[in-house]
Amino acid sequence: MRLELRDITKRFPGVLANDRISISADRGKVLGMLGENGAGKTTLMNILSGLYRPDSGQILIDGEERVFRDPVDAITAGVGMVHQHFMLVPVFDVVEAVALGAETVKGPLKTFDRAAARKRVVELSEQYGLDVNPDARIESLPVGVRQRVEIIKALYRHSDILVLDEPSAVLTPHETEELFGIIRSLAAAGTTVIFITHKLNEVLEVADDIVVLRRGRVAGTADPKTATRQTLANLMVGRDVELIVPKGPAKPADVVLHIENLFVRNDRLDMSVKGLDLDVRAGEIVAVAGVQGNGQTELVEAITGLRSADSGTITIGGHHTEKASPRQVSDLGVAHIPEDRGRDGLISTMTIAENYILDSYHKAPYSHNGVFDLNAVRERAAQGVKDFDIRTPSIETYAGALSGGNQQKVVVAREFSVPVQLVVAAQPTRGLDVGSIEYIHRRLVEQRDAGAAILIVSTELDEVLAVGDRIAVMFDGRIVGILSGDDATYENLGLLMGGATFGGGVAA
Amino acid sequence: MTRARSLGRRIVVPALSVITALLVGAIVIVLTDFEHLSQLTTDPGAAIGGALGGVARAYGAMLTGAFGDPGRVLTALQSGNSKDIAAAIRPITETLVATMPLIFCGLAVAVSFRAGMFNIGADGQLRLGALAATMTAIFLSGQVPAPVILVLAILMAVIAGGLWGFVPGLLKARTGAHEVITTIMLNYISSLVLFFALRSPVLRAAGSTSPVSKNLVPIVDVPNIIDLPTIRLDWGFIVALLMAVAVSWLLFRTTKGFELRASGFSATAARYAGMSAGGSMMLAMTISGGLAGMSGGFMVIGTVGQLSLDISGQIGFNAIALALLAGLRPSGVVMAALLFGALTNGGKLMGVQSGIPFDLLIFVMALVIMFVAAPGLIRSIWRIKVTPPSPEVPSMTTAAPAEQA
Repeated sequence: MRLELRDITKRFPGVLANDRISISADRGKVLGMLGENGAGKTTLMNILSGLYRPDSGQILIDGEERVFRDPVDAITAGVGMVHQHFMLVPVFDVVEAVALGAETVKGPLKTFDRAAARKRVVELSEQYGLDVNPDARIESLPVGVRQRVEIIKALYRHSDILVLDEPSAVLTPHETEELFGIIRSLAAAGTTVIFITHKLNEVLEVADDIVVLRRGRVAGTADPKTATRQTLANLMVGRDVELIVPKGPAKPADVVLHIENLFVRNDRLDMSVKGLDLDVRAGEIVAVAGVQGNGQTELVEAITGLRSADSGTITIGGHHTEKASPRQVSDLGVAHIPEDRGRDGLISTMTIAENYILDSYHKAPYSHNGVFDLNAVRERAAQGVKDFDIRTPSIETYAGALSGGNQQKVVVAREFSVPVQLVVAAQPTRGLDVGSIEYIHRRLVEQRDAGAAILIVSTELDEVLAVGDRIAVMFDGRIVGILSGDDATYENLGLLMGGATFGGGVAA
Repeated sequence: MTRARSLGRRIVVPALSVITALLVGAIVIVLTDFEHLSQLTTDPGAAIGGALGGVARAYGAMLTGAFGDPGRVLTALQSGNSKDIAAAIRPITETLVATMPLIFCGLAVAVSFRAGMFNIGADGQLRLGALAATMTAIFLSGQVPAPVILVLAILMAVIAGGLWGFVPGLLKARTGAHEVITTIMLNYISSLVLFFALRSPVLRAAGSTSPVSKNLVPIVDVPNIIDLPTIRLDWGFIVALLMAVAVSWLLFRTTKGFELRASGFSATAARYAGMSAGGSMMLAMTISGGLAGMSGGFMVIGTVGQLSLDISGQIGFNAIALALLAGLRPSGVVMAALLFGALTNGGKLMGVQSGIPFDLLIFVMALVIMFVAAPGLIRSIWRIKVTPPSPEVPSMTTAAPAEQA
């Protein structure tokens, strides 16, 4: 079916979330929708799925105007959503999870006709090459398969228009490739697909048309055959951005972080890091690539003193830190940019000034003998806000009121407010828009050039490839390969991340 | 300018909660005024007028009971008769007497809540403090000068209360035992400790069979602020105010206070920042217990003058409510304690003069707390626009100067 949105406008108090947005997608085509956080993608999708009603504008399906009062109307009209966070009951099997809310019934008591439902699930799975076992329990399925169950769920409800919201955020590169195959076969069968993302190479790969949103408006459209990552990024941000921050060759010096045969247990006391070896030298950026959950979190926590090592050696600048506390590690000049900045890096109910001094509040110039020098706090925080271009009304603003990019700038500003010899950055740009990513990367390279050793842990291949001087791939608690930044490609990294040992045998 | 506006925004919901509670209380007074309501069919005007008159009399009595009658104070001051003056100002001094332990315990609760510890045990800590002060006074009676006894008694009260608070803090930090459970259980234990201690002839009032201590006033008595007969208001109240300043300073001007608040907001972020969340828990609970204990000390050797089983009354629990009403701000605690003190004290006269039961006061106080706990309800009743998403908590650099001023 052909979907058309005409002049959709939606206003929230103080924000014009959608400003006369017009887009259209033809039957059997994939429309890629690009935009930074806050560009209005989510609002538009909520309008399309019936959660919000637009202040003005029309939704047309096959040229006929439709009004969605609630999500049921949208589903009835054939619009199916696959959300970023899956909405499946973990203890159900695939058939039950798919049929939930749209059960086929039989008999006088209207009992669930499982056989009929199962038959349809199998048909859909085969028709589109989804390859899902209908009897598997949801909780036993990997994330990539759960996403396919969500797609089946939408198709089961006869969705002819399928909306995928950031579908690749949780997938490995390989699973993403599989997803693209599925999207192509859906389109070939006549489904209209709207693919929302902020990843540039994905829209280029899978979309037939690209629409870019910026600040609630359509910033432009692009043809994937002629567009490049650079033109799309510029369109998204509204200025010329550098996707890959320019950096000179690394000048590795002495080993700052040395890890040898490290074992670390996770919260369930299972071994997560299993005999890991890694060296990071001053003046280089080592990027650890890997699919989420291969021990990266535990590795970072062990290095930063948040989790004690089970066995093995960690030295930072020659000091053993296997049993050190977070403060002892920090006092060695280690900056830590935590994975979950909202939970661990910031206190959202404290002000920017307070967050700025969160880990050095006990030192001069902020305090003397346990009593704060509020003028020093204000001056330094104001300087940090200025230096790191944190967009905030004042230093008294609560950190929680800032955008994700500005929150991360607060964390980075704080961590770099003291001299560092080692930077440990976990997912430093997760969820950030292109402009903020550029900024954070630039700061990390600056620290490298100033002589710090940088360890970045990231699940984003784009990031790893953009900043890593050396790229270490982590799989099942070990480093399974180390490539130089020049040799690494999506393909060879993807293989290593999936657990294949690399042909060249660069490392064990 | 902005400070005044932010203060206004902060107190608007608590203030409207109080007003709403009083209005609902008025409705209840009218609805239970059967005498007037029975005339509703025969003479509606008189019935409604009479019922509303009842409300006015009740709240009028409450005001007079809490703050005294200004005219009477004036004439008394002109006459210069100390007895008359004492009688005229007694309502307001009694309000302040009731306010004193509420300030101490409200601060105690606020400090612990700030650190993310729900200290439900202010009652028990107060009892232990009171017991320690009583024992100190009786044991040292006649051996050292009274001022020394006074200082030592308060010191022992703080230590005893502090220890009683430290225990749940330690249990939480070391074993994860939930402080709500441990402090409630320690409340029971403290009651029984008190009962046991008061059975001892050393402490018990001579010739008394009930568990009350000897009268401590002859041994040691906190000096009064105004030296008039029957006026009980003493320097304990001033110390309570000083403690509010001290707690504010601790929370917003010291690194320890910063750790307490950071741990209270987010234990994980505090840990990532190198703080010891367990240390903050123990410190907060110890300070909290110490403040509650100090309250008990000032009561037994000051305003009350002896130790009895019900020394704490409901103070520890009311303190929780008023600390929340105060938004956990020390300055707010003082104001909320004054409100609660005035309601309690004024309610007594209201009961005597208008025949409206004291329970109605408890009802109104409960409503105040309920409305404070449901700001959305108050905002929708009074059609207040929701303010920006910033949470209603003060910070070091914003609230501190206002708190200190």
